[in-house]
Amino acid sequence: MAVVNEWAFIGVFFAIAWVFPFVPIFGARLLAPHKPNAIKQSTYECGVETVGDTWVQFKVQYYIYGLIFLVFDVEIVFLFPWALAYSQLDFFGFFAGLVFVFFLFDALVYAWRKDALEWV
Amino acid sequence: MNDVCSINNLTQCLLDGGVSPDLANLLTILGGVVLVATVPLVTVIFLIWIERKIAARVQDRLGPNRVGPFGLLQSVADAVKMLTKEDITPMGADKFIYNLAPIIAFATVVLIWAIIPFTPLHIGADLSIGILYFVAVASIGTVKIMIAGWSSNNKYALLGAFRTIAQLLSYEVPLVLSLLIPVMIAGTLGMQDMVRAQGSMWFVFMAPVAAVMFFIANLAETGRAPFDLLEAESEIIAGYNIEYSGFKWGMFMAGEFMHAFTAALLAAVIFLGGWWGPFVEQVPALGFVYLGLKTAVVYIFGLILRSTVPRVRIDQLMALNWKWLVPISVANVLITALLLKVVDAIGLAPQSGDFFAHLPQTLVLLVGNLVLMFGVATVLRNRGRAQRLADEAAHPVEHEDAPVVVGAVGH
Repeated sequence: MAVVNEWAFIGVFFAIAWVFPFVPIFGARLLAPHKPNAIKQSTYECGVETVGDTWVQFKVQYYIYGLIFLVFDVEIVFLFPWALAYSQLDFFGFFAGLVFVFFLFDALVYAWRKDALEWV
Repeated sequence: MNDVCSINNLTQCLLDGGVSPDLANLLTILGGVVLVATVPLVTVIFLIWIERKIAARVQDRLGPNRVGPFGLLQSVADAVKMLTKEDITPMGADKFIYNLAPIIAFATVVLIWAIIPFTPLHIGADLSIGILYFVAVASIGTVKIMIAGWSSNNKYALLGAFRTIAQLLSYEVPLVLSLLIPVMIAGTLGMQDMVRAQGSMWFVFMAPVAAVMFFIANLAETGRAPFDLLEAESEIIAGYNIEYSGFKWGMFMAGEFMHAFTAALLAAVIFLGGWWGPFVEQVPALGFVYLGLKTAVVYIFGLILRSTVPRVRIDQLMALNWKWLVPISVANVLITALLLKVVDAIGLAPQSGDFFAHLPQTLVLLVGNLVLMFGVATVLRNRGRAQRLADEAAHPVEHEDAPVVVGAVGH
């Protein structure tokens, strides 16, 4: 029952947490003036009219960082159970973790040597 | 038995009053949720005041001092002003997502408070996977920046969002890696158990490197100087929230202030022993005071740092993360893991919950951490020297002749 209660709390919290910021934004809609016009709503970019499409292509560098992040993120997901049960593992548990981390750290070193970490 | 109804015995109280068990349960949960969620809302008003006052003192100014005593009501006045400001949605913006972003920004920070143990008795939900919950909820915060930047139909917003996403994603790695260390030592993911495990020794003494990593990564995650590229006014005007106005902008700001405080709160809980302090077992309410004090130390240190240091460049930011913090964090995990097994093997592991029983293990871990710090400092120094020598070889400095000291004493 207690466990169910904890998760029920999180469930209700998720609902309430969305309501809290919604209230002042909605309140502002009631209180604040609302007189849109074309010039007011135009995009502000350094005082001159905006040129071309906004949704530009972005640098490949972001993809590379994203990929390296993904490697580490997945690694960490697997490391959490290892860390949690660590006190119950024997010495072999340490070597298992070492090998696992080594293979993924390898990827970082590879990316580093290939200059993937440089901001170009 | 209980004469006064409070949040602690609300269920029993309602049952006595003839409410059905399910409804009583739900009402108790609802009461708890509203209580826990209101705390950050109230604190954020004062946090903004504290932040502005401290920044003012560091920069030799007075800060807000007109509205209310010591300017305490300045944030309230600001909130009222924001409520009456026109809310402009730019043309071409993706309206639904554009309006969703500030709500996500605020909600994700409030959600973290669900798992923070304030005292031995007071915690929103003592999940058995508290740390994992924090990591999961905190990473939703990245989404708000992407959708805010993408939906604004503004190139600055989009460019700012790209950079910020890269920063937040990158610094999540050392943040989460540094959380592995307390998990390893305490053997739990639950926040309340994590605090209880620090009863005789705070984790900051066993894992100072992890604590520092957690602090630095949190500075970057919350967009605090020197990592405040989220709001680089001089480069991208304001970044992802440039097109927002009125209370939607206010939600981003409030969320940011609150996130910084929440990060300090988590650092206090995970590394500084949370609510532990003298007599807290007898008087649980003291936990609020101890946790508040510890949080204030971390938070105010961050504030002073924020108003002292300049902003780093994006390439420096990424290099610092991937070439320093991530390798050090990985090495830290392995060193701590090895030392814990060594401590276990030679019989130094704590047998009881006593302070002196924890001392040998702490000393071993502390020495391991210090060796790691020393190694990093040595590598830093050597690389710095090599860089300096290379620079000097490339651009030789013309030394002037040694100045002649007129009327020097002696010789």
